[in-house]
Amino acid sequence: IAKRKAEHMLKYPDAQVISLGIGDTTEPIPQVITSAMAKRAHGLSTVDGYSGYGAEQGEKSLRAKIASTYYSNVEIGEDDIFVSDGAKSDIARLQVLFGCGVTMAVQDTSYPAYVDSSVIMGQTRLYQEGFGYGKIEYMKCTPENGFFPDLSSVSRTDVIFFCSPNNPTGAAATRDQLTRLVQFAKDNGSIIVYDSAYAMYISDDKPRSIFEIPGAKEVAIEVASFSKYAGFTGVRLGWTVVPKELQFSDGFPVAKDFNRIVCTCFNGASNIAQSGGLACLSPEGRQAMQEVVGFYKENAKIIVETFTSLGFHVYGGDNAPYVWVHFPGQKSWDVFSKILANTHVVTTPGSGFGPGGEGFVRVSAFGQRANVLEACRRFKEWYM
Amino acid sequence: MISGHCTDVPRNANIATLRDGYLFPEISKLELEHTRKYPQEKLIRLGIGDTTEPIPGIITSAMAEHVHALSTVEGYRGYGAEQGNMELREAIAQTYYKDLGIKGSQIFISDGAQSDISRIQMLMGSEVTMAVQDPSFPAYIDTGVIIGQGGKFMGETGKYENIVYMSCRPENNFFPNLGDTPRTDVIFFCSPNNPTGSAASREQLEQLVEFARRNGSIIVYDSAYAAYITDGSPKSIFEIPGAREVAIEVSSFSKFAGFTGIRLGWTVVPAELLYSNGFPVAKDFNRVICTCFNGASSIAQAGGLACLSAEGYTALNAVIDFYKENAKIILDTFAWLGFKVYGGKNAPYIWVQFPGLRSWDVVAEILEKAHIITVPGSGFGPGGEEFIRISAFGRKECILEASRRLKALFRCNASA
Repeated sequence: IAKRKAEHMLKYPDAQVISLGIGDTTEPIPQVITSAMAKRAHGLSTVDGYSGYGAEQGEKSLRAKIASTYYSNVEIGEDDIFVSDGAKSDIARLQVLFGCGVTMAVQDTSYPAYVDSSVIMGQTRLYQEGFGYGKIEYMKCTPENGFFPDLSSVSRTDVIFFCSPNNPTGAAATRDQLTRLVQFAKDNGSIIVYDSAYAMYISDDKPRSIFEIPGAKEVAIEVASFSKYAGFTGVRLGWTVVPKELQFSDGFPVAKDFNRIVCTCFNGASNIAQSGGLACLSPEGRQAMQEVVGFYKENAKIIVETFTSLGFHVYGGDNAPYVWVHFPGQKSWDVFSKILANTHVVTTPGSGFGPGGEGFVRVSAFGQRANVLEACRRFKEWYM
Repeated sequence: MISGHCTDVPRNANIATLRDGYLFPEISKLELEHTRKYPQEKLIRLGIGDTTEPIPGIITSAMAEHVHALSTVEGYRGYGAEQGNMELREAIAQTYYKDLGIKGSQIFISDGAQSDISRIQMLMGSEVTMAVQDPSFPAYIDTGVIIGQGGKFMGETGKYENIVYMSCRPENNFFPNLGDTPRTDVIFFCSPNNPTGSAASREQLEQLVEFARRNGSIIVYDSAYAAYITDGSPKSIFEIPGAREVAIEVSSFSKFAGFTGIRLGWTVVPAELLYSNGFPVAKDFNRVICTCFNGASSIAQAGGLACLSAEGYTALNAVIDFYKENAKIILDTFAWLGFKVYGGKNAPYIWVQFPGLRSWDVVAEILEKAHIITVPGSGFGPGGEEFIRISAFGRKECILEASRRLKALFRCNASA
């Protein structure tokens, strides 16, 4: 996408290209959070404030605060929490944990890192155009099935990646759907890797954590991130929950092996970022994050309204910062190119997220308000 | 075993072959037990190589400034390039690889050497064979085993059957007998060495590069302690002609700038380094970085840039000199006591031999009697048995106190 954008900018040097492609946050980080990070940075120049290596699992205070903020009513404790330098790194570390011998299922469509890291680890077979990798189970998520897979037609795999609210479709699974997913995992002896990176974007009463579902602690790992809540995309901070109750087939606790991976293949998230994380979870920090999230949600609303008014079938945008627009019968890269050429707006072709994304385009709601409004104005102008 | 539902997901057999926990958390556990047992005693930590001196203000100010900018419209930055900020990459190229033919575009910024070592293992995959120095930093072996390069662990020798261990001992001046070393795809080489403190000479590295060239191997050269070299030994593998075609170099700001908690390092993958089918290694490493990583923290990178400014670099060299003085104090202490002692001149580690003794026993005795924590040499490989590693990081008064206690403890053994 970056290549296509660069080519386009060379061709149209005067065009004001607006990027609603890569889901990169644009709003400044609230001061309550940056002040805490600046304070920590300055402290590292003092005898009392200097700290070297931190615990690989993360600073105790941050782990405790994450547990009490997000998991207090589902009995996940601070020692079930592993602080990371972001979800992408932890997904790779989870793949290293599982090894090349496991089988995996992903939603079709989903965030490419699940599949790509699996390929790198050697879990998949050859790729076939239009079908995906031979050894990956693709769970179709389409408008027809409400973006929740028909589990009765899904083959058993060891690991099931599930992202809700979903990137790219924006769909958030209901309590009932997640209950079925947990039951499916329990019946099949599978492990769900639940990506909750967009949980704060949920507007209704859909579950924010897989652990809201009874029995999930015995079948699921949850990956989360500060990226899209606090604008930490460059600061790098997230966390993974591996419950004590989660066991391999021989009864060995998954958390023990994950801890070994974290201690051997990682050396902890940056201490300054962790100070920022702690500030994020203060009452003032949480309020500030809600405001930033609210801002992006308003962007999403504007984009949804625009495409809806133009007569498109539009999905997502209410529980996630992504809008999923259907262009039936067209190839998503063609749509991407047409949109770019005619409106100078960068989007993301749906086929990049899996074979089931063909015919869709993802429009991201991250952007300065003026840019989002301008992009929408151009969409309207072009399509009218 | 917890009762309740077990999944049907098999435990990763490779991880199951790892012995015990990773070395350094085990040392932490030892420390904790000891402080619980002797809450009144002041424990001196010369175990885990953790920096202790504050970071110079010019560097932390740069990080604070970057952080404040993140709260502004003009200064806010989201995702950075996974390979790192080009400005930082260029600064590293200028500072460390000037005239060595390494460009900024061949440098990948990391969140530290430990993360990059495992990403290099992911890059290499399970099918390659690896060689390590014996003793060496445990992450090379442990990550290799996790990826599947280790094979079975053999209790009698303390080695993994598929890994080649290149003995580095006083008898061979801590440089392997390459003539006796079987070919492997990858050769991990750390210089200045953790734990022995030995820095390879130019001649030795020329031999190593020639060995790799002849065997079609890739050297993964860990230069994390290069800043501690005092005797003119090479600081980068790329000082050796021909190295760009056979080596990757991993380095870190941890021990250079006290960034052990901030997390910043880099890996150099030259454009000239090719797989057997001619495919550039850097292209695949880039793919691993883009898929399995999302870049080092922008704040750490801002700090890194300040480290390499003229003022920052000077300030950091003063801190390194401080640790070097510590090393000398410890080295002199053991030499005075009559021990066979190595390292300490080109690295912040002192490697002391206790012939005939088990290293965990020596560590336990020093801990129990002198309340000083050290690291058993066997934690770094079977070739480390009989040795202990003492780290030179610490506040001056701790180092001096440690020296006093060690003299008191071993004075009666001074003839050993």
